[in-house]
Amino acid sequence: MEFWLPVIYMATMGLALLIYVILDGYDLGVGMLLPWAEEDEKDTMIASIGPFWDANETWIVLGVGILLIAFPMAHGIVLTHLYIPVTLMLIGLTLRGVAFDLRVKAGDHRKGLWNRAFFAGSSLASLSQGWMLGAYVTGLQSNLTSYLFAGLIALTLPALYFVLGAAWLLMKTEADLQQKAIKWARVAILPMGVGLLLISIATPLVSQTIADKWFTWPNLLMMSPIPIFTAACFGIMLWLLKNPARVEQGQGWILYAATVAVCLLVSLGLGYSLYPDIIIGQMTIWEASASVKSLLFTLFGVALTLPAIIVYTIVIYRIFHGKAADLSYD
Amino acid sequence: MDIDPFVLARIQFAANISFHILFPAISIGLAWFLLFFRIRFTQTGDKAWEYAYFFWVKVFALTFAMGVVSGITMSFQFGTNWPGFMEKAGNVAGPLLGYEVLSAFFLEASFLGIMLYGKNRVSNNIHLISTFLVAFGTTLSAFWILSLNSWMQTPTGYFIEDGRVMVDSWLAVIFNPSFPYRFTHMLLASVLTCAFLIAGVSAWRALKKVDGPATWKVMRTGVMVAAIAAPLQILVGDMHGLNTLEHQPAKVAAMEAIWETERGAPFTLVAMPDEEARSNRFAVEVPYAASLVLTHHMDGEVQGLNDFEGDHPPVAMVFWSFRVMLLVGVLMLCVSWWAAWRLRKGNRADRLVLRALSLMTFSGWVAVLAGWYVTEIGRQPWIVSGVLRVQDVVAGHSAATVVSTLFGYVLLYVLLLISYVAAVRRLATKPAESLAMGPVVFTEDSHSRQQAQKGGA
Ligand code: HDD
Ligand code: HEM
Ligand code: HEM
Repeated sequence: MEFWLPVIYMATMGLALLIYVILDGYDLGVGMLLPWAEEDEKDTMIASIGPFWDANETWIVLGVGILLIAFPMAHGIVLTHLYIPVTLMLIGLTLRGVAFDLRVKAGDHRKGLWNRAFFAGSSLASLSQGWMLGAYVTGLQSNLTSYLFAGLIALTLPALYFVLGAAWLLMKTEADLQQKAIKWARVAILPMGVGLLLISIATPLVSQTIADKWFTWPNLLMMSPIPIFTAACFGIMLWLLKNPARVEQGQGWILYAATVAVCLLVSLGLGYSLYPDIIIGQMTIWEASASVKSLLFTLFGVALTLPAIIVYTIVIYRIFHGKAADLSYD
Repeated sequence: MDIDPFVLARIQFAANISFHILFPAISIGLAWFLLFFRIRFTQTGDKAWEYAYFFWVKVFALTFAMGVVSGITMSFQFGTNWPGFMEKAGNVAGPLLGYEVLSAFFLEASFLGIMLYGKNRVSNNIHLISTFLVAFGTTLSAFWILSLNSWMQTPTGYFIEDGRVMVDSWLAVIFNPSFPYRFTHMLLASVLTCAFLIAGVSAWRALKKVDGPATWKVMRTGVMVAAIAAPLQILVGDMHGLNTLEHQPAKVAAMEAIWETERGAPFTLVAMPDEEARSNRFAVEVPYAASLVLTHHMDGEVQGLNDFEGDHPPVAMVFWSFRVMLLVGVLMLCVSWWAAWRLRKGNRADRLVLRALSLMTFSGWVAVLAGWYVTEIGRQPWIVSGVLRVQDVVAGHSAATVVSTLFGYVLLYVLLLISYVAAVRRLATKPAESLAMGPVVFTEDSHSRQQAQKGGA
């Protein structure tokens, strides 16, 4: 128990944050793509995320929730260190969350303003999340290399969100907007790929601990599928985007699936790099964890509710499947 | 800069939570009102109820979004502002917050999608159930968070090991002594806040002559509910106060500004409590009343602040917040009974009543904030009563950092609050006809459902 509970929680936290990136990633991406769309297309784009964005954001609450439940010792250190980016992210999320509603409720003359707020909030949140991830991976250090590294991830994560957002639109829209989304995806895929490549090169350089884990035999062999599969996913994405006809025939989901696969692979790699530290080089998951009794009490709840949450999330996506049109709850 | 970062951290936390609570206070109650409108429509087939639903669901969506985004801020603030709290009390706070996320947040956020956008995609019953689940979820959120807050006020079921709180019995933690009172009082507060909101907006529409049949039905619903809930709230508030007297006597001494322990203590109506002089200036008192209310005896002994030297909360803030809450509570009772009398049996109220109701539109917010200030400031200097002091858990940010983020938050909140009220006002001024309903409404017919899927909701 002493050993396994923190491991289980680490895995669950990773899962929650991965689901967050995959789900809120597309709606943040859609928000960031907004300025490049025509007025009526903006409505469709926002309609496509309407029923989902709220639940998507709940995954990040679960993510920090688990950090707080399971690793109270680390929770404070991580969040106080990331104070500024966390604040910026929260301001961004707040702005876009309310802009979503106010753009249609505050009157036509204000719509443009709230559209811009929606874009600004989405961008601010995405950049801050990237920065937080970068700072976290380098073990929350305050030196130039860590800042550069965090800066790199701060740009790569939004690129990933762009691709997710565009991929979502491939599935949810038709005709002109769909064609635009293909173009957007083509543009965003390059910085995403380059960013991921640079990060893979830079991570072992920034952290000796991580370098040791990867570049020793036989670890190197065991972990080699990660980069190989990632490259394959990129191949699939590029192939799909070269064939707009396939997208029109309803194969747009392939882009989304491939991007999700990339996220999965990256997070596997990340998990491997971090484990068993909760703050790399400073604190292990066992040092940070809450008491066994508290962990067991919550685990009961997690085991009971998480499967239910996943099931009803899937059901809701099925209810709202198909192309988006104007949303209204009139 | 020589402002204490500790004070700033408190102001920041207070600003955020004050902003957050405004929206749950509405959405917890409004969700149940919406369910009621929905059910009335199904029962009676009267379009007015359906219309009431469509109008208020718009307000609900906006309120809910405000609540969610400010709530996400709250969930980070424990870590950014009070890291020591989680390190020391994480074994209690973590699981309670965790259960809130797992059992309530996901439920409400997920089924909100169906409630708002799904009416043409699911059957009438599923839509009804979704509306219920959202209402249930909001109430469940309140359950867990109030359990945590109440535990911080009246901790039970724990022991201390190596300076960390450990749990002895979860039942004792969750159902700690002040929890039943606080939960009931908060739920009633939310119902009252909504009742006055919907009655107030409806009255305003009637005054502006943009009312339809739904306006009067909604107004009557709001007024009747308020007329029942207001006296209940006063009763529960009194019981809550007695419970506080038992567990947190220092808070009650501050609420009543009683400086010296005495028998037959008077109830101070208004005064300027003076911490330096340890007395009340300009006091207007009702003799024996405090003893009577608190001990139910004319000459019962009431503990004064002198028993808690150096360890009691700031008096003036708590004293005045308490009086504001009481005043609003009494006003609510008077206005709701008066309006209920005027609106009985299909009467249409006169302009005076309508004006009073519309003035009271946001009165719930005032009472809710005041009540929370009594609770939270009254707990000082403790973060967990008798266990953990606020001072010991604060994060070591520089004043400049906290000032800048505080400034950012406050600016944002003021902007959003103005936008929120303006949006509600705008909705309220729209003439009834222009708030048209969708073409296909709550249909179980699969053909039109398919059409809706193609053509959009
Ligand atoms: C519509 C809102 C509303 C109204 C009309 C009232 N209250 Fe209240 N009160 C609240 C909303 C509220 C609240 C915001 O919901 C609080 C803060 C924490 C809590 O549980 O409820 C609260 C706290 C609170 C406390 C603090 C207890 C503690 O923290 O230990 C007391 C003693 C009362 N109330 C008593 C009353 C009385 C005697 C009222 C009769 C007029 C009254 N309240 C009206
Ligand atoms: C139910 C959930 C709540 C929890 C768990 C909670 C917890 C806390 C914590 C941890 C603090 C900081 C420590 C302190 O200064 O005592 C605090 C302070 C405060 N809270 Fe709450 N709070 C809750 C609800 C609210 C609400 C709804 C309001 C107001 C509308 C509120 C108003 C305040 C204020 C004004 C302070 C500052 C008190 C001071 O520092 O003098 N709280 N609360
Ligand atoms: C410090 C204390 C608090 C924290 C950390 C907190 C956290 C949150 C979070 C993260 C959300 C968003 C949930 C989502 O994603 O759907 C939320 C919403 C909500 N909170 Fe809080 N909250 C606090 C205080 C309160 C209080 C005092 C109440 C009521 C008594 C409350 C009731 C609700 C409700 C009903 C919602 C649903 C959204 C809404 O109705 O507007 N919360 N809260």
